[in-house]
Amino acid sequence: MAKLPLEGVRVVALPVVFAGPFATMLLADLGAEVILVESAHHFPTITRGYMPKPPQFLVPTTGATFGGSGGIQTYVDHWAGDRPWDRFVMFHALGRNKLSCCIDLTRPQGAEVFKRLIKLSDVFFESNAADTMEKLNLTYDVLKEVNPAIIYLSMPGLGCSGPHKYCSIFGAQLQALAGHTWLTRYPDLDYTTTQSLIFHSDAASGATAAFAILCALRYRKRTGKGQFIDLAQLESVIPHLGEAIMDYTMNGRVQEPLGNRHPFMAPHGVYRCLGDDKWVAISVSSEEEWQGLCRALGTPPWSKEERFSTPLNRLENQDELDKYIEEWTCRHDNYEVMYILQKEGIAAGPVLDQRDAFHNSQLASRGFFEVVSHREAGTHLYPGMLWKMGSTPMSIRKPPPCLGEHNDYVFKEVLGMSGDEIAELEKGKFIGGDEYLMESIF
Amino acid sequence: MLEQALSGVKVLDLTWHIAGPYCTKLLADYGADVIKVERPGKGDPTRAMGPFFKDDPHPEKSGLFLHLNTNKKGITLNLKSATGKKILKQLVADSDILVESFRPHVMPSLGLDYQTLGKVNPRLVMVSVSNFGQTGPYRDFKASEIVEYAMGGEMYSTGTAGREPLKLGGNVIQYQAGTVAAVATMGALYAAEDQGTGQHVDISIMETQAGSADRRIMYILSYIMAGVITTRWPPPREAVRMLIMPQGVYPCKDGFVNTLSLPQWWSRYIEALGMPELKDDPRFQNIYSAEAGMEFDAIWYSWLADHDKQELFDIFLKSKIASAPVNSPEDLLKYTQLKAREYFVEVDHPETGKVTYPGAPFKMSETSWKIRQPAPLLGQHNEEIYCRLLGYTREELRKLREGGII
Repeated sequence: MAKLPLEGVRVVALPVVFAGPFATMLLADLGAEVILVESAHHFPTITRGYMPKPPQFLVPTTGATFGGSGGIQTYVDHWAGDRPWDRFVMFHALGRNKLSCCIDLTRPQGAEVFKRLIKLSDVFFESNAADTMEKLNLTYDVLKEVNPAIIYLSMPGLGCSGPHKYCSIFGAQLQALAGHTWLTRYPDLDYTTTQSLIFHSDAASGATAAFAILCALRYRKRTGKGQFIDLAQLESVIPHLGEAIMDYTMNGRVQEPLGNRHPFMAPHGVYRCLGDDKWVAISVSSEEEWQGLCRALGTPPWSKEERFSTPLNRLENQDELDKYIEEWTCRHDNYEVMYILQKEGIAAGPVLDQRDAFHNSQLASRGFFEVVSHREAGTHLYPGMLWKMGSTPMSIRKPPPCLGEHNDYVFKEVLGMSGDEIAELEKGKFIGGDEYLMESIF
Repeated sequence: MLEQALSGVKVLDLTWHIAGPYCTKLLADYGADVIKVERPGKGDPTRAMGPFFKDDPHPEKSGLFLHLNTNKKGITLNLKSATGKKILKQLVADSDILVESFRPHVMPSLGLDYQTLGKVNPRLVMVSVSNFGQTGPYRDFKASEIVEYAMGGEMYSTGTAGREPLKLGGNVIQYQAGTVAAVATMGALYAAEDQGTGQHVDISIMETQAGSADRRIMYILSYIMAGVITTRWPPPREAVRMLIMPQGVYPCKDGFVNTLSLPQWWSRYIEALGMPELKDDPRFQNIYSAEAGMEFDAIWYSWLADHDKQELFDIFLKSKIASAPVNSPEDLLKYTQLKAREYFVEVDHPETGKVTYPGAPFKMSETSWKIRQPAPLLGQHNEEIYCRLLGYTREELRKLREGGII
């Protein structure tokens, strides 16, 4: 059996929130040894919870949470327990295959241990605000003295240079800056009433960052050289909106949001189905598909009308067309619509809520969910790999790490520290620990 | 000394539309030699999709195609013909990577499945990008941006309570699949270069969504671990308010701003608003009070109405509040930070002249991202690839052209 692609590559990481943890998850899935450097003195807000010990009234039971961010504040069984940071669902979602150790980077004794780890590593990855590593005096210039071949990636929202370098923003603001909020709206509502709590930029910049590391690893393999990667999350998501940018630069046109509609496909939208809050997405891209749709609906008289006779006519008369289609979908289950229309060669599929996704037969058939047992959370099926590899199959090899779970491994086995040295440093709380100290709790 | 990170990597690109081409664009822009294979005559369907340069629907003027295919060499080849297949295998023998995005039955039906191509080149990394993957009951189903988002992604909770689920703007799901595919491709290349193992990589756009950090992966796990169904939320004004401070999109003088609050940021808000007296205001002593939130809104809305969005951005930057203007594409092109970082690039193309494109998704200190050439004209590099690389004569090339092979 071949080893995993990145087996033997050690990544030291300080990833926070979503994009950084996503990037390092992809590297860990590929076999890299990703060591999270956490700290008992510093609680990473959002990454391991919204506060170290949330009062129970702030632990959501059905998705009703402050800020309206739904499932992201969930704890296993709605119970934060004694070690909430190890039961926080969002950390579980992106934590697999990683290790965790605790080092206090704010004091020289901790920084020294950290540098010893950097010396033995291939990649340093961080996704903090641009001033964080500067304050810690652990910038690329400092770490390359320790390990000249280190690959160092920083991914602040707006990059490592420029007048807004130190701006600290999150996915929602990146979406707004990038123009993606602009393009995501119901045409009949404004931006304050169109709610979207899905942040494409976290996914885009996370995956792009993993790609960046892989590019740098290949370069290093060929040349022996490490390097610094400056990834502005904003700049990594803009190419995903390329056609809107190009429309402006080529034609001076500011694209307006289309909601669920499409510049040239009709019908194209989401239609109500039988049941409570059940929907199906349908898009028709050719005359052949249009004929298939009419057949599937039993060739009703309206489908023969002049106003629906050409793609352009259908585009112009979409409001009426959508009403007819919804009259039909309303009487059917959303999966039923999928099977009927796919048989006619039409792109159609149900809007799957989280429960539907968990029970979906395609995901299940491909073994997407994997069983994971976790010390503090119990045993569950977790969403698994984002792709499948024939010769080097990936899987969830390790559960998401508890805070400081791999202190021993890192300090003893990787760094070869003696028991005395570890005890001495632990006494000063420079390293080690598996819970947050009181001073970190606001 | 390598000029670019992926210099010397040879990629055979059979992809079309958006996801596959964005994957190979990432490879090409960081230095890989990508040969894009298009069907003779019409080429990649994105050539027929807008926006078009000066709204002229010409196959060499699609902004979407031009953006997605920078730095690639373009050839045409009919894969259904026996000669076409033979030529493809010749190209495979000399490639490190093949990326394809046909529906899963197509490559096997052409006799060009991994089993066959892997014999031609045992170190080949073959990447297949498809809607639902190479296996499973939906294998041959059709999908589109909106259907992929509905089934794979978090569309269910996108949009406003009481309304239909909302598609994300643009074609971002396909771009994301392309980005994830590039990660998978590089992982497999690393194994191939390191261990000499070729392999087939199977990318299902549905799974790139189901595992996505845009919130989908967290929300699915929240359901599994706590039974939470996350649905569409009311807009900020109607949402259950649990903090004094605002959260979400708000109107200002000339547009909208998006604001995020953490419980510990109350003092930053007071500073940003220039209202230090609020610190001692008895109404605002409990930051978890929804009632106080309503009181605060009155102050907040009228303050916002006095400022334009870029001005507000500056104020928030100073106070370290996470807030940003809702930019249009035009605002984005004018954004000072991007200008200072020289983000956007000008690309010269024979049919459009110079046009501004999105730039590097990340900057590497030792090696560059750069546009060495614009997207190829249809069949632009036929002669270079077939004659100079594969050794066909011009006479043979003519015959291939006449036979509809290229």
